[in-house]
Amino acid sequence: MSQYLVLIYEDETAWANATEAEAGKILAEHGEFGERNRSSLSGGNALQPTSASTTIRRDSSGGFSVTDAPFAETKEALGGYYLIEANDLDEAIEVAKQVPAPFGGVEVHPIRTFD
Amino acid sequence: MVAAVADAHRREWAFVLAATVRVTGDINLGEECVQDAYARALSAWASAGVPANPGAWLTTVARRRALDLKRRDATARRAAPLLLDDDPTPGPDDQVGDRPDIDDDRLRLVFTCCHPALSPDARVALTLRLLCGLTTGEVARAFLVTESTMAARISRAKKKITTARIPYRVPDLAELPARVGAVLDVVHLLFTTGHSAPIGDDLVRRDLVERALDLTRMLRTLLPGDADVAGLLALILLTDARRDTRTDDDGRLLLLAEQDRARWDHAAIIEGVALVREALRRRPPGRFALMAAIAAVHDQAPHYTDTDWNEIVALYDLLVQLWPSPVVALNRAAALGLAHGPSAGLAALDALAEEPQLAGYAYLPAARADFLSRLGRTDQARLAYAEALLLTENTVERDFLTDRLAQLDR
Repeated sequence: MSQYLVLIYEDETAWANATEAEAGKILAEHGEFGERNRSSLSGGNALQPTSASTTIRRDSSGGFSVTDAPFAETKEALGGYYLIEANDLDEAIEVAKQVPAPFGGVEVHPIRTFD
Repeated sequence: MVAAVADAHRREWAFVLAATVRVTGDINLGEECVQDAYARALSAWASAGVPANPGAWLTTVARRRALDLKRRDATARRAAPLLLDDDPTPGPDDQVGDRPDIDDDRLRLVFTCCHPALSPDARVALTLRLLCGLTTGEVARAFLVTESTMAARISRAKKKITTARIPYRVPDLAELPARVGAVLDVVHLLFTTGHSAPIGDDLVRRDLVERALDLTRMLRTLLPGDADVAGLLALILLTDARRDTRTDDDGRLLLLAEQDRARWDHAAIIEGVALVREALRRRPPGRFALMAAIAAVHDQAPHYTDTDWNEIVALYDLLVQLWPSPVVALNRAAALGLAHGPSAGLAALDALAEEPQLAGYAYLPAARADFLSRLGRTDQARLAYAEALLLTENTVERDFLTDRLAQLDR
């Protein structure tokens, strides 16, 4: 078994503009997804909007620069993730296809293991 | 002997590699063992004769080598290569097995090379490298990039197969049509690249056309019931049937109207037409089947003047619906001009003038130039030919356009 991180990238403004009913429906779909794929899921979370995130980099003088911003400014931002277990990429893609992401899409990224 | 091994290389490479990768579980190690088997064949076949079944012989040798290597630690293998010199070559009395799982193994390799998680460039490169057995240098030359660029592209793709765990297996029935489609796109790209080389002194790159034909025939054997495979095989046969007449003895491009139809490959046409009929039985028909049907209309016209342009326009109408690409619309417009006259054709072409995808495409101004000259609008035709000349880097096509331009002034 291998682990894959399924990263959910979506348009944050679309989320912000969604009605309560729309947002509730999407959350319910995530719940159903979780039930249906219980055996493959090892974890997952939704993230606060990128406006809440802080980027920290080491600066040239040996200190840190701390900025109010996501790491990369993109139209579709990382908004949540699932950690899944699968035998191979095709199985991981099958699970990832079921992840609700109406305002964007998902990226399947294999987890690196060190032996 | 060299010829027998070369022939086996061409015919059996994919089979031998696919069967060996099943043992190694690793493409690089599989390739190494298969190359070793071919090297052994050179001397073994020289002394003992060519085996009755070269593919099975090569597979046995490559698999034995693979099992051998697998038993030893990889580092020990590199540190003490001389210790490995036990001979895995089968002797004349050795039983060389039949072809177990032949179909599945080659299909596994096909679907791995053409996996949608790989970039389109990587899919084409892996297909030539792993299924056709071309060297990295040969693949690089086919796509006009340096050998180091191609080597990096192939190694990146192989690395992704390993790290992302792209599986070595035939997709589920539900996934199969889409995945076969991805494979056929790769083979079709190989064919069109070979059939109309974008750059260079030759119009056709024979080697690529032959590889595409071999691959499609292999897929036809492996997936005999697939209408899209039948359609692509028909398309390649019916288009390539005109290979000998597309240029004259001096390498000058000849139009369909000028080609000597007696020299078309009639056996290929007969085979292609039967395949089109089979492919068109599926509803709705596939893209390749419709393209092949258009080629069949040309191939079956005894003279250029017998061409059924209305039938061709009707087929393009279906194709545009199924495959709404600007290039298809351009071909449809050109056919329309031949069915209903140059004004109709010109109007259809002008409707495509704003298509961004056609902006760098020499065929659009070239087709406009032809209709303009038929309408007697010579000055505009001259401009259009000049525009087309700016857009193609293929020498044969450039000579053709220069010729047409010169004829306007006569």
